[in-house]
Amino acid sequence: MIEVERLTKSYGPLTAIRDVSFSVAPGEIVGFLGPNGAGKSTTMRILACFMPASSGTVRIAGYDVFRESLKVRKRIGYLPENVPLYVDLRVAPYLDFVAEVKGVGRAERRRRVAEAMERCLITDVQHRLIGRLSKGYRQRVGLAQAIIGDPEVLILDEPTLGLDPKQITEIRSLIKSLAGRHTVILSTHILPEVSMVCSGVVIINQGSIVAQGPIDTLVDQFFPTARLEVEIAGPPAAVHDGMRAIPGVVAVEGLGVTDGVGRFVVESARGRDVRGEIFALAAQQRWSLLELKRVGTTLEEVFIRIVAGEQAADEARP
Amino acid sequence: MRVWPIFKKEMRLYFTSPIAYVVVAIFALIAGYFFYSIFAFFTLASMQSMMNPAMARELNVTDSVVRPLFSNISVILLLLIPLVTMRLFAEERRSGTIELLLTYPVRDGAVLAGKYLAALVLYALMLALTLLYPGIVVAFARLEWGPVATGYLGLLLMGGTFIAVGLFASALTENQIVASITTFGILLMLWIIGWSADYAGGAWGKVLQHLSILEHNDNFAKGVLDTKDVVYYLNFIALALFLTLRALEARRWKG
Ligand SMILES: Nc1ncnc2c1ncn2[C@@H]1O[C@H](COP(=O)(O)OP(=O)(O)O)[C@@H](O)[C@H]1O
Ligand SMILES: [Mg+2]
Repeated sequence: MIEVERLTKSYGPLTAIRDVSFSVAPGEIVGFLGPNGAGKSTTMRILACFMPASSGTVRIAGYDVFRESLKVRKRIGYLPENVPLYVDLRVAPYLDFVAEVKGVGRAERRRRVAEAMERCLITDVQHRLIGRLSKGYRQRVGLAQAIIGDPEVLILDEPTLGLDPKQITEIRSLIKSLAGRHTVILSTHILPEVSMVCSGVVIINQGSIVAQGPIDTLVDQFFPTARLEVEIAGPPAAVHDGMRAIPGVVAVEGLGVTDGVGRFVVESARGRDVRGEIFALAAQQRWSLLELKRVGTTLEEVFIRIVAGEQAADEARP
Repeated sequence: MRVWPIFKKEMRLYFTSPIAYVVVAIFALIAGYFFYSIFAFFTLASMQSMMNPAMARELNVTDSVVRPLFSNISVILLLLIPLVTMRLFAEERRSGTIELLLTYPVRDGAVLAGKYLAALVLYALMLALTLLYPGIVVAFARLEWGPVATGYLGLLLMGGTFIAVGLFASALTENQIVASITTFGILLMLWIIGWSADYAGGAWGKVLQHLSILEHNDNFAKGVLDTKDVVYYLNFIALALFLTLRALEARRWKG
């Protein structure tokens, strides 16, 4: 549904994104994840036909965003970062304007506007001035204007930015409810958001794509090992070496010793459970095993590993 | 072309903010004052002329009321039109709403046309208020409607030109004040060019005179409908709108 190929955009001397390529399948919700200044908004603006790329192509629903811009614009709903709305208009007339601009006929408009307001839970504020609404409600009005006219693709730039935790939860479940009916690409710099809302992720850092794919695959790719957190009261060096000697253990990392209790992270090949062996080892050596638990690998760690790796590589460069 | 929804939105925005009301009210007030003083002077002059028939031949309503009134109105427009147009693009850019507007399935040209027409209709409403004054004159004196009609056509064309210049300035900046001062500056320049035309003389003077935006308006108020003047304004409007489109496009590239 969305195919981005070798997209590059420069603002004068500054290259905001470089050779960005990814694709989004129909019906998917993909998270476009990256730290601030990574080039997320730049990419989203090109996708939404707001500005042209310096080079590269984007096709949405088969149409080129640059050469067939109007055809693309008919098929997308866009929510820019910071949700720019006409603060002097009331909610319902504003949405009516959006529907009309998007080409919804007069006969259908009232119904479409009502439906969008219902889906975004803003029916109760339809007569209020947009400028008087809370940030959470404004965000929903922004979403409503994006989904009006039932576009195939939704492009949402940081849809939860600046909301309080309750509002964030509401907006997320709202976005999740959009899945299936629309193909969604949403950008965010908040990691948990991606795992909560999206099926796939594209990670961008300093203008380049560093990883992409379904979330589970990414975790496996960047963390090919399973991890255990272990607390053992015993001589740290001996404990370390003992665990390292267990077949299947790839690495043992000491996290420090407090009151004679050593904390370790043990990494083993995925699919190889070494908990039994660690327990046996401790029993045999008469060390007290105080804790032994599996640590799940989150997208967050993947992200940190990728971004930190990039930065280390950058610093190593002359 | 989806001009209509843009037009409606702009009209709605004009009348939800106080600017339109204030501009219209001040325009009506100042135009009314001008009319009052011009008309009062005319009545005084006509009363005196009753005693002096030689003077009466000189006096006619068109030359002594309608022409000065229209020329005064054009000066008010110079000051007020920048306030009508400053918001149109600058505010959309400041608040970021332009990013949504330009990604809806409408051409930039339709957005521009909608905004232009909205400002033009607001301006036409302002002019319509002044129809009251010729109406008052008719109650007291015989009025030739020809010059009044061409006079209004002239004001409409001139205001239309001012609005096009204002739109252009508004597309250049995200600051409404800067947009309005720029508009005023451009219009003032185009106005005072006519003065220097008198000193310059010769071919150059002709060129300057032709460029002067007020020069062309005077004919209309005299009741002379010259295609040269109409074409001048229409060309001017087309040029300014074309440049505005270019400015919008350049903005897109810069992001
Ligand atoms: N209009 C612009 N002009 C110049 N530089 C810009 C502009 N917009 C963004 N940038 C720069 O491009 C880079 C990427 O910005 P952006 O796409 O907004 O990142 P993100 O949305 O991921 O935070 C940043 O370094 C930013 O300063
Ligand atoms: Mg951003």
